[in-house]
Amino acid sequence: MKLSKKEVEHVALLARLALSEEEKERFRAQLNSVLEYAEIINQLDTEKVAPTYHVLPIQNVERPDKEHETLPLEETLQNAPQRDGNYFRVPRII
Amino acid sequence: MDNYEAVIGLEVHVELHTKTKAFCSCPNEFGKEPNTNVCPICLGLPGVLPVINEALLEYAIRAGLALNCEIAAFSKFDRKNYYYPDLPKNYQISQYDLPLCRNGYLDIEVNGATRRIGITRVHMEEDAGKLVHGEGGADYSLVDLNRAGVPLLEIVSEPDIRTPEEAKAYLEKLKSILSYIDVSDCKMEEGSLRCDANISVRPAGTDILNPKTEIKNMNSFRAVQRALEAEIKRQCAVWAAGGTVESETRAWDENKGTTVPMRSKEEASDYRYFPDPDLVPIVISPDRVSRIRRELPELPDARARRFTSEYGLSAYDAGVLTASRALADFYEACARNYRDPKLVSNWVTGEFLRLVNARNLEIRDVKLTPAHLVEMLELIDKGTISGKIAKTVFEEMFDTGKRAEEIVKEKGLVQISDEGELSRIVEEVVTANPGVVADYRNGKEKAFAFLVGQVMKATKGKANPQLVNRLLKERI
Ligand SMILES: [Zn+2]
Repeated sequence: MKLSKKEVEHVALLARLALSEEEKERFRAQLNSVLEYAEIINQLDTEKVAPTYHVLPIQNVERPDKEHETLPLEETLQNAPQRDGNYFRVPRII
Repeated sequence: MDNYEAVIGLEVHVELHTKTKAFCSCPNEFGKEPNTNVCPICLGLPGVLPVINEALLEYAIRAGLALNCEIAAFSKFDRKNYYYPDLPKNYQISQYDLPLCRNGYLDIEVNGATRRIGITRVHMEEDAGKLVHGEGGADYSLVDLNRAGVPLLEIVSEPDIRTPEEAKAYLEKLKSILSYIDVSDCKMEEGSLRCDANISVRPAGTDILNPKTEIKNMNSFRAVQRALEAEIKRQCAVWAAGGTVESETRAWDENKGTTVPMRSKEEASDYRYFPDPDLVPIVISPDRVSRIRRELPELPDARARRFTSEYGLSAYDAGVLTASRALADFYEACARNYRDPKLVSNWVTGEFLRLVNARNLEIRDVKLTPAHLVEMLELIDKGTISGKIAKTVFEEMFDTGKRAEEIVKEKGLVQISDEGELSRIVEEVVTANPGVVADYRNGKEKAFAFLVGQVMKATKGKANPQLVNRLLKERI
């Protein structure tokens, strides 16, 4: 498994991260070692093991359809880097 | 274009009208001040734990059953990862490879023929927030997260739809079913039902799979139909000119009446789904499924069949009446209490629907009650008012909610059945129109209708028509 620089750039774009050339190379190596480790695990024979969708032996946790209090506006917006009236303000995407 | 056929699949999102959001206890409410309907969970703050709303699961199973789906015994939630400012967690809770419902269908009627459209899957997910873009060329957007976390169903059809009319019929039937089972109000104009379409064309009668386009930005059933018509035309022209249709996302432009390419928001969709570790798997017991199945109301198709057999209506009228549960309920409340269910159907599909549309009302907001309509029909039976005057009375009842008798008294609309009075008017009309009378005697049938019309005019439509006919015939 060899991760290409292009793949690193693709993943960085999906995560909206701007990486320098040096960082791309550094993360390529680190991501490669993660993938290599996954490959070792992949060698196990899991033919007779049911897929694990969740690590906890719990299912069907549901809550009743009942309203609770919402957060006060000032608390909601207190960590926003930019605010505009009631709104979060963000850079325009489209 | 005649040599081509279209292959269409629809992807519909409906907002469920549960009391609270999908994974937190914020009210599921429309129209609140921006960002006042949020909590740490739907804001995606660190350390919170989403828990599924039991009503979401109930509604989703109900919808799956009403759409003839299999309900998965084991199902789970996944994270769909993408970065967009209306999505506070940078992932949407959705279902990927183990959706709750699969392999359903619904039947549509187009041009008198029934077609079965497959439903690939129905899954649960959460809605995103809303972006308000700055005025003009502003370089910022404003984010309102009130809608973030509102429960959605995504309903994906098989590519079984062949024409834009079928697409519209599919959406109408879907809306009808989901309204019957009371899980969503399905208002496309208000965004509680949204629809994207996948469409390709191919030489008619072949099973070639050509590249398809995805059409977005359609905000009414009519727009879906028009967008598909325009896109079929465009794709056919591309193939006819020897070109190739590009697989791409396009937006419907209502003003231009055509679809236009959309700039993609990601270099490619790469959502890197994985099971959401915060939400535990869902195991649905057969008992729960059968309980929900038992609680389903009579659905539109079954009700239409019953209307034709029980009330002797045509398939067409039964279809019109049962398209909306509120309309079917109104009709049935009248039909059960009146001797002639077909006559009731004429009034409800005719004047009633005409006024509902003209006044732009929802059926549940109409002031006229079923009992009042029955009373009015009985006044016609008793000869108190004529069928013609009844239309005036009906409109007044519809707008004011008053009873027919009251309106008839107030406006002096009681039918004139007094033979002496009518004879006098007939005499006046005959004397005033000697030429027309002569025409009638020479065999012109139309002349008679004119004379009847004159008597009606003189009585402001209140004359008893049968009596006028008899008196005129006797006189001339
Ligand atoms: Zn919340």
